[in-house]
Amino acid sequence: MPHATSPSLEAPDNDVEDSHMTDAPAVPLNNAAESQEDEAELPTNGSTTNIENMFDDDDEDDDEFSSSVPTKTEDSSQDLPQQHQPSKPKYSSPDILRQFYQRLFPFRPLFQWLNHSPTPQPDFQNREFAFVLPGGAYIRYQSFASADLFRKQCVQMTPERFEIGPQYTINPRDRKQVRKASAFRPVMKELVFDIDMTDYDPIRTCCEGAAICNKCWQFITMAVKVVDAALREDFGFQHILWVYSGRRGAHAWISDKRAREMDDSKRRSLANYLVLTMGNEQGKRAGIRRPLHPHIDRSLKILNSYFQTDVLADQDPWQSSEQAEKLLQLLPDTKLTAALQKKWDSMPGRSSNQKWADIDAVAEAGNLSTLEPKKLMEVKQDIRLEYTYPRLDAEVSKKLNHLLKSPFVVHPGTGRVCVPIDVRDLESFDPLTVPTVTELLKEIDEWDESHKGSVREEERVKVQDWQKTRLKGYVEYFRGYVATLLKEESRGKRGREEDVGVGAEEMEF
Amino acid sequence: MLAVTSAPRIASNKRTVVDARRQQFAKTRHAPEEYPHRLNFYLVPPAGDIALEQFEEWAIARLKVLGELESCQFRNKTPAETDEHMKPVLDKYMRLSSNASRSGEVQDERKRDHYSHWTLRLAFSSTPDLRQRFARLETQLLKLRMASDDARERRAFIDSLSMSWETLSEEEKITWLDQLKAATNLKRDEEESWFKVAWEKVPELVERRQCLLKRGVAYVHVREQQTMVINEFSRQLETGLELAARNLPRMDEDNRLSPILHHLSQSFVAPDAGYSESSSIGDITTPTAAAIDGLSQHFPLCMQNLHRELRKNSHLKHFGRLQYTLFLKGIGLSLQECILFWRKSFKLIADDKFKSDYLYNIRHAYGDVGGDSNRRGRGYTPYSCQKLLTEPAPSAGQTHGCPYRTYNPDNLLSLLQSVGVSDRTLLQGVKEDVGKQRYHIACNRVFDYAHKAQIKKVKDEGLWSASELDLVLHPNAYFKRSFLLKNLGKVKAGDLGVDGAFGVSSGGAGEKMEE
Repeated sequence: MPHATSPSLEAPDNDVEDSHMTDAPAVPLNNAAESQEDEAELPTNGSTTNIENMFDDDDEDDDEFSSSVPTKTEDSSQDLPQQHQPSKPKYSSPDILRQFYQRLFPFRPLFQWLNHSPTPQPDFQNREFAFVLPGGAYIRYQSFASADLFRKQCVQMTPERFEIGPQYTINPRDRKQVRKASAFRPVMKELVFDIDMTDYDPIRTCCEGAAICNKCWQFITMAVKVVDAALREDFGFQHILWVYSGRRGAHAWISDKRAREMDDSKRRSLANYLVLTMGNEQGKRAGIRRPLHPHIDRSLKILNSYFQTDVLADQDPWQSSEQAEKLLQLLPDTKLTAALQKKWDSMPGRSSNQKWADIDAVAEAGNLSTLEPKKLMEVKQDIRLEYTYPRLDAEVSKKLNHLLKSPFVVHPGTGRVCVPIDVRDLESFDPLTVPTVTELLKEIDEWDESHKGSVREEERVKVQDWQKTRLKGYVEYFRGYVATLLKEESRGKRGREEDVGVGAEEMEF
Repeated sequence: MLAVTSAPRIASNKRTVVDARRQQFAKTRHAPEEYPHRLNFYLVPPAGDIALEQFEEWAIARLKVLGELESCQFRNKTPAETDEHMKPVLDKYMRLSSNASRSGEVQDERKRDHYSHWTLRLAFSSTPDLRQRFARLETQLLKLRMASDDARERRAFIDSLSMSWETLSEEEKITWLDQLKAATNLKRDEEESWFKVAWEKVPELVERRQCLLKRGVAYVHVREQQTMVINEFSRQLETGLELAARNLPRMDEDNRLSPILHHLSQSFVAPDAGYSESSSIGDITTPTAAAIDGLSQHFPLCMQNLHRELRKNSHLKHFGRLQYTLFLKGIGLSLQECILFWRKSFKLIADDKFKSDYLYNIRHAYGDVGGDSNRRGRGYTPYSCQKLLTEPAPSAGQTHGCPYRTYNPDNLLSLLQSVGVSDRTLLQGVKEDVGKQRYHIACNRVFDYAHKAQIKKVKDEGLWSASELDLVLHPNAYFKRSFLLKNLGKVKAGDLGVDGAFGVSSGGAGEKMEE
């Protein structure tokens, strides 16, 4: 069994481990071997209740550091294998994943969310799921008739993660049975967006590559805010679920009926509406069209304060002289840039904040004729947008048949669960405090331990495992979200049934 | 009358007889068609009766208009130039007066417009290529007409199409004036009126952020309306054409209408090009058999190809011989010289064999023997580009037809290079044209390039009129023009042509440009 190391040990590992994902295949075998070891020794423990029996596996996992282990005989046998295996792939161990799927994963709410109704419909039954197995295998076109069957397969296959695809015209498992290839095609899927920190690498200074910290997480916060506002205010979407991607980004799932029924071309149009390219490829910057579209204007207002605190102060992107070059390149007036260069050469070490203020100061003082104050302001606005405006991976949004990682799966690299982000409390979301799967499993043990004597048996059994952990808040948020969605869906359905009687009159072009 | 729409079993303009007893014997009556607007979306097929000649005549007139429009497109004319060019054409063939005009012919004109559209719709629904071209051209025509329409009438027309958009109320306008202006990029002299519509109807505007969005409703400036109308028309037409294609086999008019429709769609491939006898250069210089090799530099690609094949193998198969012989006749080669030419070219063949197998054919082509009495003395006419493009394509061992059509692009390019055409942009252009199946355009492109300097000179000095430089649609016209251009100095204006005038234009173009 892989060892769940304590949170404090995890952080430094993350940076190194991330590039070694491919090592995973080798390890599960070891794990399997070890787990068998554990189970073989289980009977000797002499645990009392059934529940505790199940927990003993976990306790043996926690051997290394936990002190609440009932049995100690396995220590020696486990110590040796421990040292040799890399600690990273522990999150993709089938055992841990099985526990996770059996006890923690909210299958029923997920089913209802994708099904848009409590009773199974084609929305869910003809939906494609793609499983990524611990060995690395990628299995597509899985579909399930109900939440229970789905759960069963997950527990059996223990996928590292699974992705959600569109609803097709027929059951994906029957796709080879149709005569015409065109009879099998995607029909409906939620509108999705993906914001990934890698797109921000050119402008973040605190971390690199796969690492993230609270400072650069603010970029994601900014992006979520802007995109969320646009989706709600401009397009009128109401059911928007933001989900932490597990390591360094966020996904959005929009379940509004109008959004689900969009075809590829509309998705592309919507995605391009949100995307703002600065026209940097050929070197010559094409300024954003003025007057600013209300969406851009609104975004600018939202992002202004973030620019001050998160970009200028925290990120400090123009500290060094070479970094400052980048800033100068963004200013179109050569006299101004020359003057600024001179000033900064003579006064090294000016912070980005100061340099930013310098632009206006030098422009004013030098009375530069080529750049009117209004144009300078526009240029500065452009720069601000460049450093704060959301950078979306638009390809994800453009196609109906794109597969995207499901909420609540475990991220194999970090072990964190992809929990939903409560947009009402966006600022307080901290990706580094999102629970990992092993922590959660531990929390179940701890709850059971602490409640052994205090609460009665029946009541104890009634409490679901996920409610004993930190996952509770997230699952409850998700359930609430799904309930709202279902209410709207059922209302819509009833409305449609009434409409059918009246009949459609106007010839809509 | 043919009605090729589906769905309504009872067409909206049909007056049904309600009484069951009389219905069986009732004659179908349709409401008389009214045309309240100059423009037309052609949603309802015509239901009245017209004479067969009118059927064909109106369709041909419309075809001419569309053909002209297409040629304007090929030459990349700006909208202004196109408009100017098309004005006389439209006035001649398809006059459409506005509501304000007093002419009593307004309804008749619109009826012609309506009927000819539907006729052509039938004719061009058979292949996807034709459908696409027709849809594109009709959309262009509508755009052209809309632009030239009076603003009020245009507004009335647009309003008559129920397109599920509504104009903004005054209060809405006042509330969001600034945002509206910013979002839709309002210029100073444009009117301040917008309309709202579900955003899914205008995804292109949304993508470019050219409209204001509020809770799923797009606020669009009225100038976009035109684009939306045009796009909608295009969409509907394409659907309609596909429907027509599906219904085409059900038509039971093989001896009456099918030939007409077939002929119409044929002439779309290359506009009708007649052959006028004045494309021979017999008046300038008398070509001899020996001169052919030298003159071949002026030949179009099809004939050059045949010539080289002939020189290479000392032989040509039947269709190639026929095509080439007729061409040579068109140049002005006399029968004697022609016989000499072939005899010499077929040098590997013995005298007797030549006499028995090939001689008669040459004489037949010249009309010296055989043929029906009407044509005796003149023989067959040299093939025009259209004929070459529509006759059966050559198979192995044959080289007749139009090489732009026959050869695949790569072989075509190498052929062009072997005759001395090597300019890369030109070859690229040829490739594009061939890709779009515009073979005569490709040929003209090569012609223009090869005679660039001369054409420029002629244009600058005004020696030739525009009609003489119009599209070449006949191999003989190509030859003549090429010869004349290259020998500009040696030929003095005024002493050529059968009728004494120098304006000997290429056959087809001349016909069109008569006015």
